[in-house]
Amino acid sequence: MLQLKNVSFAVDPRGENKEIIKNIDLTVPKNKLIVVTGPNGGGKSTLARLIAGVEKPSSGKIFFNGEDITEKSITERARAGIAYAFQQPVRFKGLNVFDLLHIACGRKLDVGEACEYLSAVGLCARDYIDREVNSSLSGGELKRIEIATVIARSAELSVFDEPEAGIDLWSFQSLIEVFENMRKKVKDSSVLIISHQERILNIADEIIVIKDGSVQRSGSREEVMPTLVGTSSAVNYCSRIDPRKGE
Amino acid sequence: MLQLDEIQKRLLKEVAGLHEVPEGAYNIRSNSQAAGRRSTANIEITPKTDVSGIDIRIKPGTKNESVHIPVVMTQTGLKEVVYNDFYIGEDSDVVIVAGCGIDNCGNQDSQHDGVHRFFVGRNAKVKYVEKHYGSGSGSGKRILNPVTEVYQEAGSYVEMEMVQIKGVDDTNRTTTAELAEGAKLTVRERLMTHGEQNAVSNYVVTLNGKDSSADVVSRSVARENSYQKFDAKIIGNAPCHGHTECDSIIMDKGRILAVPGLEANDLDAELFHEAAIGKIAGDQLIKLMTLGLTESEAEEQIINGFLK
Repeated sequence: MLQLKNVSFAVDPRGENKEIIKNIDLTVPKNKLIVVTGPNGGGKSTLARLIAGVEKPSSGKIFFNGEDITEKSITERARAGIAYAFQQPVRFKGLNVFDLLHIACGRKLDVGEACEYLSAVGLCARDYIDREVNSSLSGGELKRIEIATVIARSAELSVFDEPEAGIDLWSFQSLIEVFENMRKKVKDSSVLIISHQERILNIADEIIVIKDGSVQRSGSREEVMPTLVGTSSAVNYCSRIDPRKGE
Repeated sequence: MLQLDEIQKRLLKEVAGLHEVPEGAYNIRSNSQAAGRRSTANIEITPKTDVSGIDIRIKPGTKNESVHIPVVMTQTGLKEVVYNDFYIGEDSDVVIVAGCGIDNCGNQDSQHDGVHRFFVGRNAKVKYVEKHYGSGSGSGKRILNPVTEVYQEAGSYVEMEMVQIKGVDDTNRTTTAELAEGAKLTVRERLMTHGEQNAVSNYVVTLNGKDSSADVVSRSVARENSYQKFDAKIIGNAPCHGHTECDSIIMDKGRILAVPGLEANDLDAELFHEAAIGKIAGDQLIKLMTLGLTESEAEEQIINGFLK
């Protein structure tokens, strides 16, 4: 479905050429749940932005369903079937939750359907549908609305950048159900999640470990998971919120 | 009775949402002439004798009634100053819809300056909606300079919605209000300018009575080469509460000057102002593009939402 061939991405602050992604090759097959993990600052979020088209590679090619999309815009990639949930959701003055879901689904949306998307992320639709997506919403609420907009897209490939961050009041189990239901709803669809949460790694079909801008290891969960336990690439939820245990 | 052509009807629809003759009391002014007028049992509209304009008298206790006083202009070169006075009786609850639409296809400027004075009785409640709209392809400017004066007696409530989204070349809006004890004023201004347009909004709200309050909020977008100035001043002369806010988006070469002003003359006056000006945030555009919109569709959605 998605293929990155020899993709590199460099930035040039103060004239120093800094490579954030180095010659990455990776494939997301149909009907898979892939989790990308690795230490902070390793280039995971940049990878998600390259797939969504927010950043363009310095070199290399990206293919989606066999088509070269390297030069395609964000909009063209979205229309081709790539959805992307931001790590830090965006606030909008004036646009309400229904407006965003309506834009996301790309067709006429009835209130009942919008309510289903919100219920899926554990929000009571009645309380949220008319709410402005502005600073009156908490970080956790925004994050769940962000996930709901990706559900509404019904895309072939959905990319989530740290979807679990800030959803502590909601359960992990529900988040995992979201991913499972998305895959059931759209035939052969795949989900790519950036996370170092052990519980999310545990539902992966395949795990890709990215460190210093390169793929350090990739393979099935059974192969990769044992090498991660106890490292910062597979964090237990409790150890994250308990500073004594560290990361 | 009403003799309006298609352009005039279109303007009426834009500024007053009217397709036909409105319910309730109305006065429709077209090209400086009265095109239709109706008083009701509780609302009396009479022409002024000394200057151009009307007096609108609303009887005390009038509830759930409306007054429409739209103005349309389609003759190029027309310039007028109109004085409308509203006397709103105690304990009444009414909606007043004003507004002016100018279609100028000629090469001379068309200008309507409406001076509205509101005398709001004790405990009366008024919702006032004023929309401005301009159209026409002529080189003559479409100019509107509304002056609004509001005098609120104790316990009264006035809600003003001022909208100017399209086509007016030059506006200088002056709004003043004086509030007695317990009176409350809210203003919601929405403005979009484009081309070479120029829009100035001045507000001076004086809170004279104990527990009076005012909330003046403007949301605006300046596109292309247009210029806006928002100057809002709240004066607190008693224990009172005042808030003013200007929230603006600039695009292209648009320019905005926001001048919030507060004057507290009483120890228990609580006054606040907020002002923010900036372009559309890049991540807002990116988010909507990841949902499948093009950049210009995303811009349009953001602006429509902002000015909603």
